[in-house]
Amino acid sequence: MKKGFGVAFMLFLVTAGTVLFHVFSPWWWTPLASNWGYIDDTIILTFWITGVVFVAVLGFTAYCVLRFSYQEGRRSEYKPENKKVEWWLTGLTSLGVVGMLTPGLFVWNEFVSVPKDAAVIEVMGQQWQWSYRLPGKDGVLGTTDVRQVNDKNPFGINMKDPKGRDDVLISGEDLHLPLDKPVKVLLRSLDVLHDFYVPQFRAKMDMVPGVVTYFWFTPTRTGTFDALCFELCGVGHYAMRSKVVVEKEGAYQAWLKKQQTFAQSLRAAEKQSGAESKVASAQGSGNAAGGGSPPLVTGR
Amino acid sequence: MADIVPTAAEDIPSAEVAEVDLYHAKSWWTKYVFSQDAKVIAVQYSCTAIAIGLVALVLSWLMRLQLGFPESFSFIDASDYYQFITMHGMIMVIYLLTALFLGGFGNYLIPLMVGARDMVFPYVNMLSFWVYLLAVVVLVASFFVPGGPTGAGWTLYPPQAILSGTPGSEYGIILMLVSLALFIIGFTMGGLNYVVTVLQARTRGMTLMRMPLTVWGIFVATILALLAFPALFVGAVMMLFDRILGSSFFMPAIVVMGEQLSYSGGSPILFQHLFWFFGHPEVYIVALPAFGIVSDLLSVHARRHIFGYRMMVWAIVIIGALSFVVWAHHMYVSGMNPWFGFFFATTTLIIAVPTALKVYNWTLTLWRANIQLTLPMLFALAFIVTFVNGGITGLFLGNVVVDVPLSDTMFVVAHFHMVMGVAPLLVIFGAIYHWYPLMTGRMLDEKMGKFHFWVTFIGTYTIFLPLHYLGILGVPRRYFEMGDTSFIPDSAQDLNAFITVAALIVGFAQLVFLYNLFRSLRHGKISERNPWKAASLEWQTAAYPPGHGNFGEHLPVVYRWAYDYGVPGAPDDFIPQNVPNNAVAESHAEAPSAADDAEAPRT
Ligand code: HEM
Ligand SMILES: [Cu+2]
Ligand SMILES: [Cu+2]
Repeated sequence: MKKGFGVAFMLFLVTAGTVLFHVFSPWWWTPLASNWGYIDDTIILTFWITGVVFVAVLGFTAYCVLRFSYQEGRRSEYKPENKKVEWWLTGLTSLGVVGMLTPGLFVWNEFVSVPKDAAVIEVMGQQWQWSYRLPGKDGVLGTTDVRQVNDKNPFGINMKDPKGRDDVLISGEDLHLPLDKPVKVLLRSLDVLHDFYVPQFRAKMDMVPGVVTYFWFTPTRTGTFDALCFELCGVGHYAMRSKVVVEKEGAYQAWLKKQQTFAQSLRAAEKQSGAESKVASAQGSGNAAGGGSPPLVTGR
Repeated sequence: MADIVPTAAEDIPSAEVAEVDLYHAKSWWTKYVFSQDAKVIAVQYSCTAIAIGLVALVLSWLMRLQLGFPESFSFIDASDYYQFITMHGMIMVIYLLTALFLGGFGNYLIPLMVGARDMVFPYVNMLSFWVYLLAVVVLVASFFVPGGPTGAGWTLYPPQAILSGTPGSEYGIILMLVSLALFIIGFTMGGLNYVVTVLQARTRGMTLMRMPLTVWGIFVATILALLAFPALFVGAVMMLFDRILGSSFFMPAIVVMGEQLSYSGGSPILFQHLFWFFGHPEVYIVALPAFGIVSDLLSVHARRHIFGYRMMVWAIVIIGALSFVVWAHHMYVSGMNPWFGFFFATTTLIIAVPTALKVYNWTLTLWRANIQLTLPMLFALAFIVTFVNGGITGLFLGNVVVDVPLSDTMFVVAHFHMVMGVAPLLVIFGAIYHWYPLMTGRMLDEKMGKFHFWVTFIGTYTIFLPLHYLGILGVPRRYFEMGDTSFIPDSAQDLNAFITVAALIVGFAQLVFLYNLFRSLRHGKISERNPWKAASLEWQTAAYPPGHGNFGEHLPVVYRWAYDYGVPGAPDDFIPQNVPNNAVAESHAEAPSAADDAEAPRT
């Protein structure tokens, strides 16, 4: 057997094995459930371009090992440079890079350009749970301020902002979304970094305390999807779960009707604390929370 | 004669290189412990780095046990797991790889390869090691403080890193930040030495464009480190202030578990910029020395000059420069202004071009060569495989929109392990097999070496290749356990168990390697002089292994580049760098130091 055969064979095996593993891997992405098929396409394109390079480079290496392994007395070729080869390789590589980057940037441009008609919703992260806020009848989310977060106002909705009163609040339950309607997801965190991700949607963005971030997508398939936290946020990170239910418009509206608004939740809290304080003492502190008072006019 | 010596066209500059006064050790203590000899410091650095690296290795077993067999190990809970990944990642990247490449190989090889007697500031060089050791001690101490080491992830992102929801937020994080600051101080002392030695202490005839690529790689990596580490340093100090003094550099107004904290106005993303302004160049701080060393391993053991030397040098320099304008590719989904994505994706993919050229030139070095399948050559070949694999997946993550679904998944973990974990480690192993004879005068055992090689190469490849596909599926990184997740099939758990078994086997092979290192010190085959017949200066010393002061009475004079292998017409298939034109026709295979004392009287 020729010297170098064993090593060349192993290199060949690793190369071929990698390709075969890629082709036959039972682990592959989840079926798409959003408009971001372009991202999948870009990944496939990248696999093709880089796959060809992978096979070519490693195939060439294996060939060299086989063909040029040591022979006593033989001299290697002395040819320190070959401008032509080097320029060709530079050119071809640049071409491959442009071939991946151009579609990539094109799709990124889509990703950061939110359609005008996208519905706005908010996902809020805190250690270690998700909550959701939908604009109420007025179609606008009220402004928020972390400093206003308390038991009665877990979202920190600005008490003086009338637009916040009709916001629909969902805590500790699944988020529902209507099918085929683009949504702009505003992301907010009360404490540390989090990241709301549903693999079937392909789109994600960190939520950062102090600022509001966003991404957008259009759900294109009905179903219930697992949402996971994708940014380390402390010991409970792995258990920060929720679900997103995508359903037809009718079912969505029925679900939406059952949800509580901020104003309703304040009233409920009021009633409860009122009941509590009556039991506890005779002293009235009814309007201290300001929950029942009519909102003042505010600017944004 | 001229046709025999293609690279020896120019004259040697006549200016004498002034010799520095060598420090001479007076006692056992100053010779072996508080030594100022770069070679001893190199060994000290390497042993410390390998020792702490073993801790990181053991942590990886524990993590793999948890991932492979969740709920089977009651002694690993979620806090432990997060502490393990954090310490594992930080130790591997900083305290093992950076310290070993720069403090270890840099100290040993730079003076020998450029023809200097020692580093230019030996005393500072010594201090560098001791401060590094202190940094390691502080790091290790964090395992023993109440609350344990920090579990914030090796990226230490605030606010989480200093809040109570993260393990080790009481003392662990403080010790981690202090240790990093110490490491940077220690590194700066060494780093200044490496740079100044390369610039000022090269022997006569050793022009920059005649330096071995090993020196180029370490040199440029050190410059990167000197420019990048300060960003981490200020980040660490600012976070310490936030944690201890209650300042708000990185802390906005937040509510933790229903409680309003007194921070306000800071920016968590600012820390990420500081971290990655350091963190991305850090990748190249590890990669460039590996690039350089592997070039030399390939050339020596393939008995052929490196192909496209000038292109290789420029590629190192260009990659180094570009590595400062790509950092935010780690932050595509961080919530920074998304428009930055266009810029950083473009710069990131541009880096791929010089990087790919380096890969081509390595393989073209093998073309029409005379390849000896020695252990260093095997490791170099394995490096090419893993580096190509890991480099390719970098093109996925760098292309901003592709990063969106893949970020923070196991794909990322697989990518960086392949490209900056396994690939550089393979080079380190190859380099140890290559230079061990120079350091000790003995060869490492070949049989154990072969075992070590095949298990490590095939093993790490089987660990990390399938991991990419779990990432594509959507398995997140930094998850203590997956629990029930509808999109993850049971087969993923079987794969995880398989990977864990592979990781344990690979771990075992490293113990064999360690045993080989120790055993061969006494029982290894005695190495002949210059056993690989290498042309670079470190093998042409008067004493073998080189003694204090490196060279004999006279410093060598350099007449050619480090890659005169297979020169047509020469009697041997290599011509050492210090062989003058008129001596080329003689054989140098037997007495590599023949030309050593011919020139350059010592002043
Ligand atoms: C065979 C050896 C190794 C094994 C089995 C291994 C295994 C692991 C595992 C299981 C994780 C945690 C994944 C997660 O849950 O997110 C991890 C994280 C990491 N490893 Fe390794 N590793 C190895 C070698 C290395 C090396 C050589 C490096 C040097 C670059 C390295 C650097 C890291 C880093 C930076 C992290 C990320 C830590 C974090 O998420 O904060 N590892 N490794
Ligand atoms: Cu999280
Ligand atoms: Cu980077």
